[in-house]
Amino acid sequence: MRPFAYERPADVRSAVATLGAGTDAMYLGGGTNLVDLMRLGVAEPGTLVDVTRVTPAAIEETPDGGLLIGAGVRNGDLAAHPLVRRRYPVLAQAVLSGASGQIRNMATVGGNLLQRTRCSYFQDVTKPCNKRSPGSGCPARTGDHRNLAIFGHSESCVATHPSDMAVALAALGAVVHVEGPGGARTVPMPGLHRLPGEDPSRDTVLEPGDLITAVEVPALPLAARSRYRKARDRASFSFAVVSVAAVLELDGERRVRDCRIAFGAVAHVPWRAGSAEAALRGAPATVEEFARAADAEVRGARPLPLNAFKVPLAHNLLVRVLADLAETS
Amino acid sequence: MTVDLQLSVNEQIYPLTVDTRETLLDTLRERLDLAGSKKGCDHGQCGSCTVLVDGRRVKSCLTLTVTVDDQPITTVEGLAGEDGLHPLQRAFIEHDAFQCGYCTPGQLCSAAGMLAEAARGWPSAVTPDVAADPVLGEEEIRERMSGNLCRCGAYPGIVAAIEEVAR
Ligand SMILES: Cc1cc2nc3c(=O)[nH]c(=O)nc-3n(C[C@H](O)[C@H](O)[C@H](O)COP(=O)(O)OP(=O)(O)OC[C@H]3O[C@@H](n4cnc5c(N)ncnc54)[C@H](O)[C@@H]3O)c2cc1C
Ligand code: SF4
Ligand code: FES
Ligand code: FES
Repeated sequence: MRPFAYERPADVRSAVATLGAGTDAMYLGGGTNLVDLMRLGVAEPGTLVDVTRVTPAAIEETPDGGLLIGAGVRNGDLAAHPLVRRRYPVLAQAVLSGASGQIRNMATVGGNLLQRTRCSYFQDVTKPCNKRSPGSGCPARTGDHRNLAIFGHSESCVATHPSDMAVALAALGAVVHVEGPGGARTVPMPGLHRLPGEDPSRDTVLEPGDLITAVEVPALPLAARSRYRKARDRASFSFAVVSVAAVLELDGERRVRDCRIAFGAVAHVPWRAGSAEAALRGAPATVEEFARAADAEVRGARPLPLNAFKVPLAHNLLVRVLADLAETS
Repeated sequence: MTVDLQLSVNEQIYPLTVDTRETLLDTLRERLDLAGSKKGCDHGQCGSCTVLVDGRRVKSCLTLTVTVDDQPITTVEGLAGEDGLHPLQRAFIEHDAFQCGYCTPGQLCSAAGMLAEAARGWPSAVTPDVAADPVLGEEEIRERMSGNLCRCGAYPGIVAAIEEVAR
């Protein structure tokens, strides 16, 4: 591992100032992804700026009934928070489905959003990879892409974003609070993560030095009826093969009044399923209609040779989650 | 690059000069002679390096030592008290919860941290209603302990031992 300096900034402003001006410094959250990538030689910061003591570690109610979740909140504390569990079960379930108890105790909300892809070529510095080493090529396209993207990929990169939490946040329409060299601003989700296009080296729209300070989840009463479901290769402690976050509200005639849906592990971004949502609104809450909505979404999929199985998997997972939610409505 | 710090491990203070690259696991094993915590994968994937930092279970292989100089650390060597073995340690022996024993220190620290989480009412991925208080049965224990692998497959004994202490 390359030698590096370790700094504990006094506050958010000085953290941002340390990263400004083209240094090779990086923020350190829980370190569960970054320390591993440094060990693998994928990340080689000259300075680590530990932000765990300066990013807020509390969850507060906003005046309009939403939640402001500090970027320093550990994943385990987020999932255990009574208001998260009651108002946004999909978020608690998504976080709990990820990693292990130990890792959730370490991982921060900010770091979770910015964790890197688990594409095996990206993590292996002896292999080419456009994301790690721009212009070197994408061996995954013709190699092992069983668990990579079916939506929105490019010639340059077919990687997926691995976070479960981000999928729930994209479904809920969360807003990310950022403090950058130019001041504070907000970035809506979906919209934080970007499609790879011709520049897969950038996972998100954030600029160098941008620090995530909080994630705001809007008031969304219908989210009390929401659910996260994750298909994976083993029953626990494993990244998603496909996951779905869904919020469903029915009216008195058992028609869909409103819904929010996002897929995980299918794209370079948490994939908000706009076509499925549009097909569902106003439709009767039946398995046939759920299947029609799922069809509307997966019609846009462009699977690769080894991951075509993800298309029916995404379809069936969505139908199942909606049916479960409708049953308890 | 090095940093001078004090590490509090099992209620003992150790003044140390550490390389910023050093993980807590390496510091414990190589510098402090606390070799109970084990290195299985060094990537956060197996749990054999689990210790408690400020009472919370974490993976010491992904923890940089410089980041925890202000927090009390407990390793398997610190689990037993004045009056003998920790209840989890006794239950592991009683239930044959290990064979080679390599994963055991991590299992014990993880179980101690997990029981504290459950006592605070934390849900898990298998809690039927995530908003309700969980009941710690076999399925819950298995899910909550999934960050600790055992190549000997001593899982039935591990789950039984933890279940007994949880009661
Ligand atoms: C074995 C294993 C299994 C896992 N399984 C899953 C899983 O099933 N599902 C899942 O979703 N995740 C999984 N994870 C990933 C885990 O959730 C992430 O590693 C974790 O959320 C990252 O958070 P962190 O605070 O540790 O980030 P760090 O590793 O500290 O940082 C990650 C990145 O974010 C940057 N960063 C950190 N904080 C900020 C901030 N506030 N502002 C700007 N930049 C910041 C860092 O510079 C770095 O680039 C797994 C990890 C491991 C090791
Ligand atoms: S899919 Fe993306 S991350 Fe994976 S090898 Fe190709 S360019 Fe690299
Ligand atoms: S050695 Fe830390 S998890 Fe395997
Ligand atoms: S007892 Fe041998 S690895 Fe668990």
